[in-house]
Amino acid sequence: MTKPADQWKWQELEPGFVIIEPGSASDYKTGDWKSMHPVWNEAVCIKCGLCYTYCPDMAVFQKKTGYFAGDYDYCKGCGICAHECPTGAITMVEGKE
Amino acid sequence: MTQAARKKIGIEVSLAVSDAVKQCDADVISAYPITPQTHIVEHLAELVANGELDAEFIPVESEHSAMSVCAGSSAAGARTFTATASQGLALMAEIVYCVSAMRLPVVMVVANRSLNSPLSIWNDHGDVMMVRDSGWVQIFVENGQEAYDHIFWSFRVGEDPRVLHPVMLNMDGFIVTHTIEPIEYWSDEMVKKFLPPFRPKYRLHPDNPVTMGAFGPPEIFTECKMAQEQALLAARPIIDKAWDELYQICGRRYLPVEKYRADDAKTLFLTMGSIGETAKVAVDEMREKGQEIGLVSLRLWRPFPFEEIKDAVKNAETLIVIDRALVFGGVGGPVASEVKAALFSEKKRPKVVNFIAGLASRDVQPDDFRQMVEKARAKVAAGKEDEYEIYGVRG
Repeated sequence: MTKPADQWKWQELEPGFVIIEPGSASDYKTGDWKSMHPVWNEAVCIKCGLCYTYCPDMAVFQKKTGYFAGDYDYCKGCGICAHECPTGAITMVEGKE
Repeated sequence: MTQAARKKIGIEVSLAVSDAVKQCDADVISAYPITPQTHIVEHLAELVANGELDAEFIPVESEHSAMSVCAGSSAAGARTFTATASQGLALMAEIVYCVSAMRLPVVMVVANRSLNSPLSIWNDHGDVMMVRDSGWVQIFVENGQEAYDHIFWSFRVGEDPRVLHPVMLNMDGFIVTHTIEPIEYWSDEMVKKFLPPFRPKYRLHPDNPVTMGAFGPPEIFTECKMAQEQALLAARPIIDKAWDELYQICGRRYLPVEKYRADDAKTLFLTMGSIGETAKVAVDEMREKGQEIGLVSLRLWRPFPFEEIKDAVKNAETLIVIDRALVFGGVGGPVASEVKAALFSEKKRPKVVNFIAGLASRDVQPDDFRQMVEKARAKVAAGKEDEYEIYGVRG
């Protein structure tokens, strides 16, 4: 949205809270929901990309080096990547980042 | 003013309602059959199948789906109609709330019927009171002509760009829906004059994508609800204007709160729905015997017409509110609760006596109104007017 959700007055909302700006969901940083975050150990990682494939929130990205990392703005800390990693390269660590 | 008197035809009210929906040129009808609403959508299915109405008739596997289809079609900009009752309304309740919050002007007839259990197909207002707070514009009609006229009114009010609210048209199951009544039809020219085309501000279309029914986190949910309620309250002048124009077109005057021999009445009945017709007969009979009795009929249930109610009852000593639904563990019937709340801050107000009557079509005849007056007087004399009574219950 053109401004943060906590700054809109009720008179400014469209009827039925219709959202007319495309892609505005990306403004909502759902990453602050998490209590644990994934950490990659590149010494063990084989760059298979299963973490990237399984992430339900598209919050894993591939770096130029070919290794993977988490986008903590959107990662909710579900741990699926760590669970699926075939080499145990991903560890869930307490804290948001 | 009114057009030359038009010919009345004898027809089952459900079929007249369907014909009105056809005259409104509805685009989508989605429904699941449930007594006593069935004849309405059955006839609409016939009209579509016969090519008399160019609309999509979408049969579904449940009422939850029926209202979901209505939400989608209205969001796409289609004039949308459905009808239901009782258990069906219960099953669709989740989407009933979504449709109003998304400001989609679906029109729905509720052929009022009790809620199970025990299983009852008969008439009372138990079903609609379940969705009383759903944010729809809600009205009650007393007879077939009112039902027919209010189909046009419902689309007109709901689709007004300043309103954009769904409208629930309540008519008593069987008592109104299945009765053959003389009904004066509108000409198509009258409909065209009264009901402009539906032009929503936003609709689902690939050329101009929008998001409807979005996620509303705590930071904005309160503002969304404030906007929804303010929009419903702001609909009142448009609701009234639509009744004014309906009067100009067909000569029948409808009001949010209607009075019958009420102005000098010391004792007033207050009813909602078809029971008001019987109440008028009872009032006439009691008036002939010199009693100062009158009737107030509530037509607009939501948004509730607080000022009109206060004004209509202000000179009465006793107000007998007849509810057709029970609020378990509450303070009586839903209408009485609302009326008492409306009067609470008034310096001069009548004693309010509440009867719950006519559950599951238990007959309420003119003599029952006379008995209610006697009972009300005794209650007021004993200072027990606050004790609501389920009228006629054995035990």
